[in-house]
Amino acid sequence: MSFKSYCFKKSLWLFHFGGASCNNCDIEILDCLTPRYDVERFGMILVGSIRHADVLLVNGSINKKDKPRLLEIYEQAPKPVLVVAIGACGCTGGIFAEGNTFAGPVDKIIPVDAYIPGCPPKPEAILAGVVKLMGKN
Amino acid sequence: MSKQTLIPVGPYHPLQEEPELFKLYCEGEIVKDVKWETGYNHRGIEKLAEQKSYDEVFFLVERICGICSTSHPFAFANAVEEIAEVEVTNRAKYIRSIIGELERIHSHLLWVGLAGHFLGYNTLFMWAWKYREPVLDLFEMITGNRNSYAMFKVGGVRRDIENTKITTIAKVLALVKKKTDLLVGAVMDDPVIHARTKGVGILTKEDILNFAAVGPTARASGVDIDIRRDDPYAAYPLVNWKVITAQAGDVFAKAEVRLLEMYESISIIEQCLEGLKKEKEGDIDVKIKHIPEGYGTGRAEAPRGEVFHFVISDGSNSPARHKIRAPSYTNIATFKKSCVGQSISDATISLAAVDPCYCCTERLAVALDRNSGKRIMNAKEIIAHSTLITQNLLQLHNLSK
Repeated sequence: MSFKSYCFKKSLWLFHFGGASCNNCDIEILDCLTPRYDVERFGMILVGSIRHADVLLVNGSINKKDKPRLLEIYEQAPKPVLVVAIGACGCTGGIFAEGNTFAGPVDKIIPVDAYIPGCPPKPEAILAGVVKLMGKN
Repeated sequence: MSKQTLIPVGPYHPLQEEPELFKLYCEGEIVKDVKWETGYNHRGIEKLAEQKSYDEVFFLVERICGICSTSHPFAFANAVEEIAEVEVTNRAKYIRSIIGELERIHSHLLWVGLAGHFLGYNTLFMWAWKYREPVLDLFEMITGNRNSYAMFKVGGVRRDIENTKITTIAKVLALVKKKTDLLVGAVMDDPVIHARTKGVGILTKEDILNFAAVGPTARASGVDIDIRRDDPYAAYPLVNWKVITAQAGDVFAKAEVRLLEMYESISIIEQCLEGLKKEKEGDIDVKIKHIPEGYGTGRAEAPRGEVFHFVISDGSNSPARHKIRAPSYTNIATFKKSCVGQSISDATISLAAVDPCYCCTERLAVALDRNSGKRIMNAKEIIAHSTLITQNLLQLHNLSK
């Protein structure tokens, strides 16, 4: 078992970075924590600081103001860290990719481990994505 | 003067889903001034709308905000239909209102949950979000998606609600009504919530008028405004309902208004479902071949207040100018009044009480000189500039009065 897979074996702690989004993915991420989906039974919680997190969830297209902040947050993250791009905007920029403030999808700025497409992805999809990621490493 | 401490909340704060930055200037524990900074969410939607056809703009405007993803298409449809002078069919009107009211229910439930979360009452958060799920299931059944419904188009709606689905919808509504009773009990009868929210973040009637606040924020301070009644659209004139107001203007009154509005929404949907039964199935849109030159305004009552869309058409396939004003734009300005003088612990719930939505509000940009980094335009100048551009466009198409 590699060090990385040992780190991501159980109880992933998540940090949520909401970029220039429409709020839908943010709500669906929060939905994962509420009774119907309840990821806390797997030991997954949203934490307040990236310094405590194993996984960085990024959603929304990234605009010029977000870009340096996303880089800084990634640099602050304890490594190894898993980065998950959530939603169409996180994966490609989606409908906002032609916007005048768009500064590139997430994978142009930081390395991404998993993409969860959908506008917005259902909570089931977000859970499935994170579970797949745990198995992969 | 004693020493002021700056407490930043955000931009990526665990309490907030959206990126925004509040700067609370405090003396001791008392907030003396509050400033807010946005721009983390700016996507340039008005400019993007000018590059898209009228059909595509609907998909864009519903992604202004995920929670009000019906209100923006609603207002845009009203604006374009004013230009094209189209009257949609009754069935489409009922369907539009049903979607709009279901959205209000899920948005208010979401707010009640978050408000509980801000107060440290996480049981309420979990309850409210649990009972929000059946509403989202209804959306999935009717429109095919939990959020961002893609139901609207110029001249009608994209999908019909088949009459066979009506009983299922009515069943879920009955469940939601029962659970609303539970939430009303949990909020109204809880001495802790009374202690935390009564007399906190008070906005008087004058404050509301000065800041031009809208929606439940205004109605909780005794200002009786509601676009659904004042500028009727869709099926709202066809059904019976009343506007909920409260007088106190504090956080508790805002919660009360929102909770009681949910009952009204349920009643509107029930009446609309009755109306649907009388209309012919499949009669959901009017064919429109051409959007003529002209301009139109569209208004809709979002869960947070009045959404305003202004569209100029030059006769081509896409809007020449599209101006959007979301309710949070004016509601957020009331922070200057509601938070100042409160303790820090009360400031968070005062901020949350207007149900601010930052992805709707991202409008203002401050221009900087690229070399020196100096501000070359302030807010007033940008507003003047924007007014000028709109006037020029109106003159260009000979539309100014």
